[in-house]
Amino acid sequence: MNTVAQTFKETARRMTRDLRHRSWIQSALGKYYVGRDEKKARFQNWQEARQAAAEIKWDAVNHLDKHLEEFVSKIEARGTKVFWASTGQQACDYIVNVAKKHRVRSIVKSKAMTGEEIHLAQALEKSGVEVVETDLGEYIVQLREEAPYHIVFPAMHLTRHEISDLFNKKLGSAPTDSPEELTMIARRTLRKKYCAADMGISGANFAVAETGMISLTTNEGNGRLSTSLPRIHVALIGIEKVLPTLDDLALFLPMLATAGAAQAVSCYNTFIAGPRQEGEPDGPNEFHVVLLDNGRTRLLADAEQRDTLHCIRCGACLNVCPIYKNIGGHTYGTTYMGPIGSVLTPHLRGLAEWKHLSFASSLCGACSEACPVKIDLHHHLLQNRRNAIRCKSPWWEKLIFKGFVILMNYPLLYRLGVKFGWLGQKFHGLVKGTRLDPMIAWTQSREAPPLALKTFKDYWRGRKS
Amino acid sequence: MKISLFIPCFIDACYPQVGISMVKVLERLGHQVDYPEDFTCCGQPAFNSGYWDEARAVAEKVLAMYRNAEIIVGVSGSCGAMMMTFYKELFHSTPLEAEAKAHAAKVWEFSDFLVTKLGVTDVGAKFPAKVTFHDGCHGLREVGLKKQPRALLAKVQGLELVEMDAAESCCGFGGTFSVKFPMISTAMGEVKCDSALKTSADYIVSCDSSCLMHIQGLADRQKKPLRTMHLAEVLAKQ
Repeated sequence: MNTVAQTFKETARRMTRDLRHRSWIQSALGKYYVGRDEKKARFQNWQEARQAAAEIKWDAVNHLDKHLEEFVSKIEARGTKVFWASTGQQACDYIVNVAKKHRVRSIVKSKAMTGEEIHLAQALEKSGVEVVETDLGEYIVQLREEAPYHIVFPAMHLTRHEISDLFNKKLGSAPTDSPEELTMIARRTLRKKYCAADMGISGANFAVAETGMISLTTNEGNGRLSTSLPRIHVALIGIEKVLPTLDDLALFLPMLATAGAAQAVSCYNTFIAGPRQEGEPDGPNEFHVVLLDNGRTRLLADAEQRDTLHCIRCGACLNVCPIYKNIGGHTYGTTYMGPIGSVLTPHLRGLAEWKHLSFASSLCGACSEACPVKIDLHHHLLQNRRNAIRCKSPWWEKLIFKGFVILMNYPLLYRLGVKFGWLGQKFHGLVKGTRLDPMIAWTQSREAPPLALKTFKDYWRGRKS
Repeated sequence: MKISLFIPCFIDACYPQVGISMVKVLERLGHQVDYPEDFTCCGQPAFNSGYWDEARAVAEKVLAMYRNAEIIVGVSGSCGAMMMTFYKELFHSTPLEAEAKAHAAKVWEFSDFLVTKLGVTDVGAKFPAKVTFHDGCHGLREVGLKKQPRALLAKVQGLELVEMDAAESCCGFGGTFSVKFPMISTAMGEVKCDSALKTSADYIVSCDSSCLMHIQGLADRQKKPLRTMHLAEVLAKQ
């Protein structure tokens, strides 16, 4: 087993025993479920909305060439500089160079999972620039020097006491139990950063081809401040974020808010179509759009799993995933966690090293059911498993399944096997729970079901005679 | 109607009473049942583990075995989903694709068969107990079992159904997942058990013995007062 998989298992073992974590996450998400269902009910028909969204995304992704070109030509016409990055490294290099060219010393960053994906903040910090996350949750995890716990709620694993302690230690603020006061502490610090920053970095929730603009959603207004106060704005956008028309946002904005945060619509939705135009009172002097591939075209070439590019990063699949709820977001060790992360990561970072995530699922399908754009997530996990085994399978497991075929395809052998098992279980007690126990993976936490002396096949034979 | 039974391997070996109960109920309703004795397994363990060639080798035999069957009724939502949904994927772009589709169209899960196909909800069962129902994931999300088992339980004399909060949450079994990632599987099972315990039901009932095997095994180990019973067993009680 490789080390990434080993670390995953060890962390999962620790996290699943953490009952405080379990009940904290269950109760945090309990509120989300209630809100989400209320907001879903405000759609005329949620299932039809999902279907419509999936069809729009299908069109967007299957005609990505056309839509991206339209987006780029429209947004360039208003003075935006567009850079196409094949890899994360290329994107980082470009942004670091823009910062260097303009002698940027500090950057305010609105939440962008693409930034996490290519480790942009680290690359910029390495070049001597200060990068401050402005989304409250993201700011908190940045102060803790850890990765986001969730795509949408980066600090959902922390209690207000832990946040108060953190602010006390890092910002020197007085301890408080009040969430409002904690928010104000962060706000006071961040306001100064906005004013001092030379550059703002954001992602984009959508890129509209028809009008050549990006759509940015936040609940704290930090996206708007990060992109309009500093003199340079860089938006790092996955190429799959494009939507054909402006009207599509009428569906996608409320859908993202509903599925992602149990809101009817998010507090701040900002559309940006270029740098400050002549006669405009504010906005950045320069606007750069970095279009990121980083493995996405590989996924585009995979007809079976292409719909994974529909993802709007709402995090709904994480919120319903029983695996995620029990092991938590950090255990995955990936940028994108939960079901979408388990499907996506092998494509972005390689199947050999990340296949364990596809096996670490009960395939319950709650994710596919929750996905607002109808990505067939749990079936993609099955396909990843098949692909992983095709590439390389452990010899002992291969042997087990070869044996399985023989046992199941020769009914007499199967019957003998069951009888042998019935006899064998009489002696199971001698080794149960020890290293010699062939069923240890099961019996370490569960009792094994007894094999019946008289099987159904025996019953049927008895009936006939 | 001549019904061909489909008894999954672990029901044959560990829970024969579940299969026998299904036979009793179907015969009580006046149907003739047949059982291909050579049937062993649908191939799901190999399929779910990524060994599709091996799964196909087993599934091919299954297709041949039921080739002349009129209607196939199985006593597991999960193994039923394997035949109804996943065979089509397994045999996609192979010479057996059409046969896999024809086979899938003949397969019914027991409770769905009674309620949707036969239009029967009262099978004359009597079971004075308080029960809670666990929606097995494959049955719920691949086959669409939700109202059918509840409609049947509602007509069981003396039975009281109390829904648990996490009825639709996965119990954590997940086939080979349960032994590949036992810690996660166990944690999920604990959440399920806690939810069921809160209802103070006498039994957890489900359409899938595999989920129940996991839940019961965990409850027994942790000495939780939970008992499990397959829906077919409930319906056979008189």
